[in-house]
Amino acid sequence: MWKQPAPANSSFNEYNTFPLPQTQRGGQSSHAHGPIGHTQQPLVTGTSVLGLKFDKGVMIAADNLASYGSLARFRDIQRLHPLGKHTLLGVAGDMSDFQWLKKELDGLLRSEDALALTDSHPSLSPKNIYELLSNLFYARRSKMNPVWNAVLVGGWDKVKEESFLAYVDLLGTTYTAPTLATGFGAHLAQPLLREAYEAKAGIDGEGPLLTQEEAEKVLDDCMKVLFYRDARSINKYQVATITAGGVTISDSRSADTYWKFAEGLRGYGAQTQ
Amino acid sequence: MALYHNPPMAYAQEPTTAPIEHRFNPYSDNGGSILAIAGSDFSVIAGDTRQSEGYNIQTRYARKVWQLTDKAVLATNGFAADGNNFVKRVKQRLEWYEHAHHKPMGLKSIARMIQTMLYGKRFFPYYVYNILGGIEEDGTGAVYSFDPVGSYEREACRAAGAAQSLIQPFLDNQIYFKNQQPEPGAAPFIPGNLPLGTVLSLVVDSFTSATERHIEVGDGMEIYVVMKRGRTTDDLLGDNKLAPGMTIEELPSLGESVGGVESEGEGQGGERTFLVRQALKRD
Repeated sequence: MWKQPAPANSSFNEYNTFPLPQTQRGGQSSHAHGPIGHTQQPLVTGTSVLGLKFDKGVMIAADNLASYGSLARFRDIQRLHPLGKHTLLGVAGDMSDFQWLKKELDGLLRSEDALALTDSHPSLSPKNIYELLSNLFYARRSKMNPVWNAVLVGGWDKVKEESFLAYVDLLGTTYTAPTLATGFGAHLAQPLLREAYEAKAGIDGEGPLLTQEEAEKVLDDCMKVLFYRDARSINKYQVATITAGGVTISDSRSADTYWKFAEGLRGYGAQTQ
Repeated sequence: MALYHNPPMAYAQEPTTAPIEHRFNPYSDNGGSILAIAGSDFSVIAGDTRQSEGYNIQTRYARKVWQLTDKAVLATNGFAADGNNFVKRVKQRLEWYEHAHHKPMGLKSIARMIQTMLYGKRFFPYYVYNILGGIEEDGTGAVYSFDPVGSYEREACRAAGAAQSLIQPFLDNQIYFKNQQPEPGAAPFIPGNLPLGTVLSLVVDSFTSATERHIEVGDGMEIYVVMKRGRTTDDLLGDNKLAPGMTIEELPSLGESVGGVESEGEGQGGERTFLVRQALKRD
């Protein structure tokens, strides 16, 4: 969506390498769209988010980069956002829409918490939050004013005592699976995640799930592959773990990369001839 | 004069004045296929469970077939977000109807309601192909098929979705007996009277074949079987009636006993719905 390569002859730049004033924002396009500013294209974007279920919960990983087109503009952005004790969002796509989303959801959770103070008001489950997000995204796409994100919702369902992992995007498309990935991750990481998941759980998912250590190792590997091949990624990422005990978000970390192979290759680095 | 003519390729050098418009596209196609076949006293509604976008499999299990009432099942195919939200609104309307009239909506009324709801969004359509199957008020099995803007008709069978072009000709041949001739002196073919076992085999063969030849079809299959009240279930629940690897469950009745009146005397309840699942190839 926001990362498909543009055709070479296109005068439109999918990666938004034009400075801001030259881009076609809603409201100032050549056609009379009216004064309402709709997100017609993403501007500052985050790339892939990965999600993986393991035996005691679910993990979500995303790197720390917010790109401005091909410019690595903000290199210390957290794209993992906890909501309450047992839910976490991993967000790709437009980062200003993400910031708006955080504000809205935090506000909602605050009022829910206020109710819980005086009443035996149950807190919002991951399923509740996901349902809300799905309805919001679908309603906004139906108004032709999309929230330009793809979101992974990870959580722990306290009632069912099981992990929760689901996807929703700017079209209102929803689905759930034991492994999920957005954007480039859907091409590069999802096959690796499925392979690792099915190696233990089997294709029916009936077998034992990955342990926490195994799951983290798989995600580390996937983030490394993404850094190697996704030009809009950065080697600095965080992994969130959601279990019955709550949400923990790791410090930013880097994958060990290996570039020695490049020395003998023409086309990589300085040429001697 | 010829000197002043523009050189032949001059227009090619002119700058393009209008910028290329990149409008937000609110639709997507999530692949998959559905089909329904009506029998004389039952109806079969089936769909695969793969959800995809382009070459990506988004999930191997996403529901496309929905039980609406005890005698109606709806299958949706096309843009999954529209499909899910359309089903949500249909179910809401059915609930309102039940509160207003103290009875579930009949199949042909659901069909007409669906056409109204689809046409209501004629100028921003639900990008969804619907097939409604179930038991009519006269006890016959029925299938209604719809286009995204509400055109609909009752049929004996219908396939829709990614593999429609693969499955529908097969159904035309096997259900409507198209391009077939009875033996000389034999009775003529009568469509819509096939036994349940034959229909189930046709459904399974349709989906396994579509899985082989269409990349957007596969992973799993859900077959809903709606049976007329009082009909025997031996041809579904009997020994060795299902192929190995198939699982079956009976879905509990959705009918709320309004005003404490349960069944109407006969003691054998109303229509029964069964859900048969089978795995499909995942490649």
